[in-house]
Amino acid sequence: MILDVHNLTMKFDNRTIFQDLDFQLQEGSMTALLGPNGAGKTTLIRILLGMLAPTAGSFQFDEHVKLGYVPQFRNIDPEYPLSIRSFIELNGPLFKSKQFKQEVDHELEEMNLTSIQHTRMGEASGGQKQRAYLAQALLDKPNMIVLDEATASLDPSAKEELMALIQHLNKKHGMTVLFVTHDVPLAKKYMKEYLYLDHGTVQAGKIADFQEVYS
Amino acid sequence: MLQYAFMRYAFYASTFIAITCGVVGVYVVARQFSFLAHTLSEIGFAGAAFAAFAGIPSLWGMILFTLLGSIGVGELTLHTDQKESSISAISALFIGLGVLFLSISNSNARYATSILFGSIIGVDLQDVYQLIILSLIVIVLLILVARQLNYDSFDHIGAASHHLKTGLVSLVFLIALAMSVSIGSQIVGSLLVFILLTLPASTARYLGKSIWSMIIWSVAFALIGVWAGLYLAYVTNWPVTFFISIIEVAIYLLAYGLHQLKRN
Ligand SMILES: Nc1ncnc2c1ncn2[C@@H]1O[C@H](COP(=O)(O)OP(=O)(O)O)[C@@H](O)[C@H]1O
Ligand SMILES: [Mg+2]
Repeated sequence: MILDVHNLTMKFDNRTIFQDLDFQLQEGSMTALLGPNGAGKTTLIRILLGMLAPTAGSFQFDEHVKLGYVPQFRNIDPEYPLSIRSFIELNGPLFKSKQFKQEVDHELEEMNLTSIQHTRMGEASGGQKQRAYLAQALLDKPNMIVLDEATASLDPSAKEELMALIQHLNKKHGMTVLFVTHDVPLAKKYMKEYLYLDHGTVQAGKIADFQEVYS
Repeated sequence: MLQYAFMRYAFYASTFIAITCGVVGVYVVARQFSFLAHTLSEIGFAGAAFAAFAGIPSLWGMILFTLLGSIGVGELTLHTDQKESSISAISALFIGLGVLFLSISNSNARYATSILFGSIIGVDLQDVYQLIILSLIVIVLLILVARQLNYDSFDHIGAASHHLKTGLVSLVFLIALAMSVSIGSQIVGSLLVFILLTLPASTARYLGKSIWSMIIWSVAFALIGVWAGLYLAYVTNWPVTFFISIIEVAIYLLAYGLHQLKRN
């Protein structure tokens, strides 16, 4: 078991977002965190990442877990000046060692960004930006990656490309994946397990068994 | 022109001012603090007026006011939805105070003009040393938090998701910004110091694709502006600030035009 969540409850002021969530994630799993907009998916992720304190309950990661995180929103406007490479390198030391540069080269290659590494982030396509966000997170050398709505604004081919890369991370590096989305068909195609968050409760199971209960 | 001591002093002082404002400006623009830099200029004016009233050197009055002002404005804009109105209100308050202090301090109109519009003849050797030391303090402050400042300024969400102490970074930067405004005002004047803190860095964004290259371009454009401005002011006897503004605006418009052309 890589994550054990126990009786997790979150309230904003007096509004309950979710109550007494109980679920586990296994090492090497590929889990879709599904649920309609506003269900509390991002809130749950932020709690698991230690950015927000839950109202009650607890959760425990395996002690060997190293988390990588791709947040839901990023403020990159069309005039944003940094190149894809410089953007990724923000998550690194001020003075870049040869070894660090090689790590960046490696992530660029793994994310199919090598040939466009000098393109400005502001001028990159949605899919390229998402891959750059993922590459930046991969510099933390995680063994578990959390992606929040990474495909939400992408066109179909960019979605497929990103999902193939995530699948690659899981297969080749054994990385545990927690993929937040409200795109059920996409989740069914690429993920193996699901967590379904709605009305303040969570259900878990194999994605093949997931019945689409919301539209 | 460098055979005159006052021109040498102005030259040294403006060199350090340009370097400091050029570097700080990259972060001012990245953090979208241009409006704040503008407000701090006005707060600096009030500080210099207060200094005249209290009989202390204008630089110290400016530093005192801009430090208080930047932390106050920084806090206020973090915790209110009405960022622009609250900054306007603070501007109005400080300009009013500046006018009051000037009038009750009985200082002459020349003093007011030199605070507002800058002057190259007022700088002596001691001022030069002060400006250099203050510039170095600003640079050291930035170096101390450079990694976090880079990440937070260019990817606030990424920095926050790595649990960086973005509040602390922001505070250190506001202190550096306040000091830069005070330093820069000594030559350029408080009315136009925001030019050095925004235009070279805005131009640099069109040319650089990494933080280092933006800093180099920004400092280069700031230096070109103050050096050429000093020379032209010396030759024509027109205000140095006029030339600096014109040069920085011209460089910016040129870079902007080229950028648009390249796009289409
Ligand atoms: N910091 C906050 N303060 C108050 N309410 C919040 C906060 N963050 C999120 N919410 C509310 O919690 C609910 C769940 O939000 P979120 O976790 O972003 O949903 P999802 O990611 O599933 O779309 C929403 O109704 C949202 O308005
Ligand atoms: Mg969300």
